[in-house]
Formats: sequence, structure tokens, C-alpha cells
Amino acid sequence: MIKQRPFLVETLTAIGLILAPFILPYLGFAPNTVNRILVWGLFGVGFDILFGFTGLLSFGQSALYGTGGFVAAYLLTRTGFHHVVSALFIGMIAAAVVGYLVGLVALRRTGIYFAMITVAIAEVFFFVEFNPLADWTGGENGLPGVPSPSFDLGFTTVHFTNGWSLYGFLAFWYFIGIVIALRIIRSPVGAVLRAIRDNPLRATAVGHNIHGYKLTAFVIAAAYAGFAGGLLGIMQAFMPPDAFMFDTSAQLVMQTAIGGTGTLFGPLLGAAVWLSLQDFLQATLGLGAAWKLVLGIVFVLLVCFLRHGIIGGLVDLYALATGKNKQVEEPVEETTGLTAEEEQKIAEAQIAKVPTVAPLPPRHRDSDGYKGPILQATGLTKRYGGLVANSDINFSVNHGELRGIIGPNGAGKSTFFKMLTCEVPPTSGKIVFEGNDITGMTVTDVCQLGLTKSYQVNQLFSQLTVRDNVVIAVLAELRGKFRLDMFRNIESIPGLTEQVDHTLAMVNLTPRADTPVASLAYGEKRRLEIGLALANSPSLLLLDEPLAGMSPRERVETVKLLKSISQGRTMIIIDHDMDSLFELVERVTVLQEGRVLVEGTPEEIKGNPTVQEAYLGGVLEQ
Amino acid sequence: MINWANFISQMFNGLVLGALLALISSGLTIIYGTLGVLNLAHGAMFMLGGYAGYVAFTYTHSFIIAIIVGSLFVMVVGVLIERVIIRHFYGRPDEDQLLVTFGISICLVELVRFTFGSQSLTVPPPSIFAGITSLGFMYYPTYRLALVGIVAVALLALFLVLYRTRIGMIVRAGIEDSVMVASLGINVYRVFAVVFGIGAMAAGFAGIVNAPVVSLTPDMGEAILVQTFVVVVIGGVGSFPGAILGGLIAGEIISITSMINPGYAYVMLFAAMTLVLVLRPHGLLGTQSRA
Repeated sequence: MIKQRPFLVETLTAIGLILAPFILPYLGFAPNTVNRILVWGLFGVGFDILFGFTGLLSFGQSALYGTGGFVAAYLLTRTGFHHVVSALFIGMIAAAVVGYLVGLVALRRTGIYFAMITVAIAEVFFFVEFNPLADWTGGENGLPGVPSPSFDLGFTTVHFTNGWSLYGFLAFWYFIGIVIALRIIRSPVGAVLRAIRDNPLRATAVGHNIHGYKLTAFVIAAAYAGFAGGLLGIMQAFMPPDAFMFDTSAQLVMQTAIGGTGTLFGPLLGAAVWLSLQDFLQATLGLGAAWKLVLGIVFVLLVCFLRHGIIGGLVDLYALATGKNKQVEEPVEETTGLTAEEEQKIAEAQIAKVPTVAPLPPRHRDSDGYKGPILQATGLTKRYGGLVANSDINFSVNHGELRGIIGPNGAGKSTFFKMLTCEVPPTSGKIVFEGNDITGMTVTDVCQLGLTKSYQVNQLFSQLTVRDNVVIAVLAELRGKFRLDMFRNIESIPGLTEQVDHTLAMVNLTPRADTPVASLAYGEKRRLEIGLALANSPSLLLLDEPLAGMSPRERVETVKLLKSISQGRTMIIIDHDMDSLFELVERVTVLQEGRVLVEGTPEEIKGNPTVQEAYLGGVLEQ
Repeated sequence: MINWANFISQMFNGLVLGALLALISSGLTIIYGTLGVLNLAHGAMFMLGGYAGYVAFTYTHSFIIAIIVGSLFVMVVGVLIERVIIRHFYGRPDEDQLLVTFGISICLVELVRFTFGSQSLTVPPPSIFAGITSLGFMYYPTYRLALVGIVAVALLALFLVLYRTRIGMIVRAGIEDSVMVASLGINVYRVFAVVFGIGAMAAGFAGIVNAPVVSLTPDMGEAILVQTFVVVVIGGVGSFPGAILGGLIAGEIISITSMINPGYAYVMLFAAMTLVLVLRPHGLLGTQSRA
């Protein structure tokens, strides 16, 4: 994932925060402006984990900011509770708990629904603060008189009042916030969050409980929001009710987008730009209320032309200046203008190049003592309204078997696979995998049991590198479907590096490990697709048209690859390339119009008149 | 004891609000269904409609002209926004679409604030609907009664456009599968501009006809937008009947709760939305395919 010298970012952050009071005054920043930037920045660190890293755009963060702020302010102003830092933490916990409950509702849907639901929730909090809870929150008056922190050190008392003195207090918490956030994004949890942003479908299919991880991200963002809300009250000596307003959420979203998402520091930069622009437009240019119009126009232009915010723009500029273009050298794949004979020769030469890496054995799982067919489906039926995709399929595969499934287009092969991996529930019927009834389980659980699939259409994490793709899949095996090891360094997981390297070697992608998936050739993407299904050492591997769209040379390579990974593993393969398939598998099941037409060895199938009829519409009588 | 006259009066208020929400949400939902863009500037379109109507009314003193000029103005603004900005965002992630429409919303609101100031403006109801009407057991403002009829006519017009015209058929097909529509030789991008215009016009129209009931402020679109979201989540995204059903439900919940305690109106609305999300995650009349 992020590879750099340990603690480099942390050290630079600390230096920056220490130097800021000596430099920023010369740039025209008032201490109060800097303090506001820090509070927004800390609020934004959590939001960036939610939006930038996990891809969940919430317009409802004001609810959590306000909750944390008002709980802390209430404790400090109305209850005689005087310990400022404890109050901040209690506010943070309150916000995290509320965030958990809100997340339960909002995360029932994704994408634009999620955005809409968070807006609605935030609006509810705003009205509740103003009306039913007005006795506690002060309604539209807010809570004045929030004390500033002071610490009795025995010999002297340190008091953080305002201006640069309060800056020290805020900077300290900002630093702590950044350090924790960096730990989180470098942990396995952080890796899974990025995978969810990139391709939630595949993240689920490789065995991660993405709902749990999304909720985690939501709670993390809530905790940051709550703490920042508490700091807001302390900074202003007053907890303003407008913390709950939609404008607060909106300003956070805009600042993060301006600064750049997925960087943790984007919100800080965005807040600095926002607040200094506000000062400049209002005071220096005397625009008065029109400053927001200018800011709105600037924002629209920025979203249109600078996709990744200011930080993203700077990164691109740096890459342009240093000539480090993204054009990674492509392997010479073009073989146009060659005769079939030459192609064949190259293919043979290529085969020789395929490294002979012994495949990892299937993982030993609980059901190892089980004897009998590894997979047994009985009476499997799937109806889509009136359309019967699969009808009463009985299907059984033994341990170590290599099974092929063929059938004309529309025979229901892919639907059958989707039912076996529990991506779609069958209308009726039962699926037993290694003696466990898996009917109605989730695709995640089935993957954890050792049944995976490579997709007909590539489902990769296209913004990550090849290595990170495999890491995501291997993590699901090594850590289970959900684990909150948020502070663990991803590289400290025993066996991870070995298994990732091994998988990469097996699918012959080792030289391309650090290439972004987006710049892979098609055949390489196809191999990675198989690699993802293979990475968590399944005992049963389903391959949906692994050869589709490949050049003849790539087909030869892939058949060779499939042969090598089949050792000690059960595989079921759908494909239309009969020659390759018959060479590969031991038995073949023919599906037609959603039913099993016939089953047998490749020789039996080749000679079977009904199969010939199904494919060719009958064979001429000689 | 419940005051029955008050209760029924609130039911009527709920009907008025519900009908308005139904119209605005229909606009939002056909834009999302066809273009795949959630227009966060939809509330601003509602507000813009109100102000455009106000200007037209000030110059002509004719409510009819205000409605026509205002609606057409908002439609033109909608088409321009789609042609100049939104169309560059079809290939970009959902988040970018949300951000840019949100930015547009701010620009529109601030532009109106810059031009008209923050103080509220009022438009009188048309003279034929002025005053109050006796319903036998209670009195009710005539214009509010008329408003239900006006919005119902607008909804019917929208229904006829969607279900009885060629463009409507293309729009409904586009909601199902816009790629397929494009491959049938229809210039979907031109259709997109028209849909965005019609959707914006629905909100703008609602903004004008609602103007005599409320006072106009530049921020008025924000609350409506939030309510519209709830309506769409309840009814199901991309569903025209769902928008109407959701609108009426939301309108009644807000009005009846407000009678008891206004502070809980949003809480109840939110509770209803949560209930729908738990029981029918795709909305009352939504289908899974549009998810």
C-alpha cells in the first residue's frame, strides 16, 4: 500500500505544526483563523476516511459534529464537570455511538441514496436540537461559557485561552488525529476500505464483510466529527447551534473536495483556502455577502477542471514537471502480421517461459474430514418472473475433479454459477458444499468456506496496483471476513507477503506487481481475475469463461496455467472454447435451456448426437 | 381533545404540501432515472421559479403570465445548465455529479441573494382565488384549495407527457436502459437536455404556484430539497407514481405532526423513511433494477 520511510509523514506534520505559528502570521493569517482551520481539518480527517478512502459521500456530518460538540459543551457548562479533555472524549464517544446508529440506517443503501439519507438525518438532528431538546442545548442561543482547558502541572498551571496559546492545544489534537488516521489507512482495514471504494462487488466476493467495514468507516468519521465539534465549543467559548446546520456538512464536503480527497490533509488545505478566501473576498475586496457567490463559482470550476482537488493538481503538476508520465512501458504483446505458424511458435516459446510454480494447496478448513462429493446441488431452479433460467438442476462434483460446463448462449450457465457462489438466491433447490448446506448464505461466507469464482467480465480493483489487488483477496483469508485490526501494520501479518508473491508468480504477474491495474493488457487482467479467485486458496474454484476474448497465444498460456493450479484442487470451468476445455477437464456437463442435457467424459460428449443437435441444430445423416 | 376542524384543516395543508412535493419529486426522479444524475440544485430550481414568477408578476400583474414566464425561464436555465455543465459529468463518478450540482445550487442561491437581497418577498394570490371559502364546517383559504387543483393539473400534464407522447416513451425507456435506447438510433443526449429541462420546470412551476402561500427567500429551496429526498426514498427512485405517493405521505406526516408539535415533524418523516428502508429498501413503488 503506501510505502515510504516510517513516520516520515508524521514527522513532517509535527514540524509543520510547530513552525506554523512562526510563519503563518507573515502570510496574513490571524491566530483565530488558523485555529478554525485546524478544527475543520481535524473534522475533515475523519470525513476523508469516509469519503476519500471508502467512497461514501455523506452530507450529514453536521449531525455528528453537533452531537459531539453539544455533549461536551453541556457537560462543561451545565453539570459542573470541569475536566475539559474528558468532556471532549465523552463527546467523541457520544458522536461515535450516534454515528453507529445513523450508519445502520444510512448504509442500508449506497451511492446517491446514501447521500440523500444522510442529508435527511442531518436535518432531523437540526430540528431536534432546536425544538425538543432546546432545554438541554439552549435552542437557538446555543451554549455559552464553554471553558478553555488548563492543566495543573503541580509547579505551574498551563492555561490555553485563545489565539496562539489555544493553538498549541488544538495542534496537539490535530497531530494525534493525523497519527491515528495514518495508522488506520496503513492497516488491513484501510486496505479493505480502499477496495470497497474501488469495487464493492469484488470486495464482497473475495470474502470481506463490506457492510461491517463501511459501518466502521462511518463510526470513525463520527468520532472525528464529535471530537472536532467539542473543540469548536472550546475554541469559541460558545457552542453555536449552527454546528448542526446543513451548511456545516456542505462546507466540510466542499473544503475536502477543494483540498483533495484521499489524502487526509486535503480538508486542512481546503479549509485554509476557504477561510482565507472568505477573509480576502469579504474584507479586502469588500464584496460583503457576495463572497459566497464567488466561492460557489470557484467551486464549480474546480470540480469541473481539477478532479482531485488542489493536492491532486499539485501531484499531477509534479509528475508533469519531473517527466514521470504515467505511461508505464507496455510489454510487447502485438503479434500482428504473423502467420498462424509463427504464432504457434511464439506460443510454444511463451509456454516455456511460464514459471512452474507449485500452486498453494487448498487451505485446511474445518470440513477436511468430510468424505463425499465436494459440491452437490439438488433441484436447483431460478426463475426471473416468467423466465426460467435454471430448471431442476441436479449436479454433483467430487473432490479433485475437473469439471467442464458447456452449453449454447442463454443455456443458463452463468446463472447456475451465480447460484453456486450464492450471488443470487435460487428460487428453489439446495446447495451443499463439503457437507454444509450453503443455500441462502452470502457470497462472502461462501468464499470464506473455500468456494470462489473468477468472473466472466473482469471484476478488478482497477485503481489499485496488481499486488494490492491480490493483497485484498489474501487478507480475506488471513483475517476472516471482518476484523478491526485498525492499528496493525499491514506488512506485519504473517504469511501475507509470501502468499501474495506466490499467487502473483502462479498467474505469471510478478514483473507487473506494481503496475496499476488500469494499465494492464487484457490478457494480464484476465490472469489477475483468476489470481483474485485463487488468492485465498479455495478448495473449489469456479471459472466463468476464463478464456473469453483471449488471443490464441493467451489461450495456450491460460490452459497451461489452469492445469497447474488444478493440482489438488477441484475446479468447474465454463467455456465456449471446446478444444481447450475438452483437453483440460475430466467430465463435462452440458446445459441447454436451463436444464442438464447430458453429462459424461469429453469423448462421450463429442460423440453425443443430442449435444450435436443442441449446438448445430442437427447433424446431417450420411 | 383533538379539534376536528383544526385536524381537517391540517389534512388539507398536508394535501397541498404533498401535492407540491409530488410535483417537485417527479421532476427530480425523472432526471435521476433518465440521466443517472441526482440533481442537488433541484431545490434551487424551486426557489428560482418563485423569483422568476415574482419578477414576471411585478411587471405584468398577471398571475397566468407569471406562471408561464416563470416555468419557461426555469426550463431554459435547466437546459442551459445541462448543456454547459452537467453533460460533461455523465461519465464521471456519482460523487463528482453530486459535488457539481451542489456547487451549481450555491451559485444560483447566492446569485438570487445578490440580486434580490435576503429579505423575504411575497406574491399575492390571483384575484379570482383571493379570500377564504366556507367548507360548511370550516373556512379555508381559497387559493390553497385552488393550489391542489393547479398542481393536480400539472401532474396530469406531466403524466400525459410521460405516458402518452413519443418523448415520454423515450424517457421511460431511458429510465429502464438508456444504453439500449441510444443503440436504437435515438440521440439520447438531446433527450437528456429535454428531460433536465422538464424536470427543472416541474420544480420551477411548483415554486411559482407556491409563492402566494409562502414568502420567497433565497434559502427556501434547501428545506424542500431535503423533503424531496425523503419523498424519493419513500416512493422509490425513478418511479413517477412513487413520487406522487411518497409526496402525499410526506405532506400529511409533516402537517399532522406539526399540529401536535412542529419540532417532531422531521423526526416523524425520518421515522417513516427508516421504516420504508427496513421493510422495502427500494421504496414503496421502486424496483430493484434501478438501484
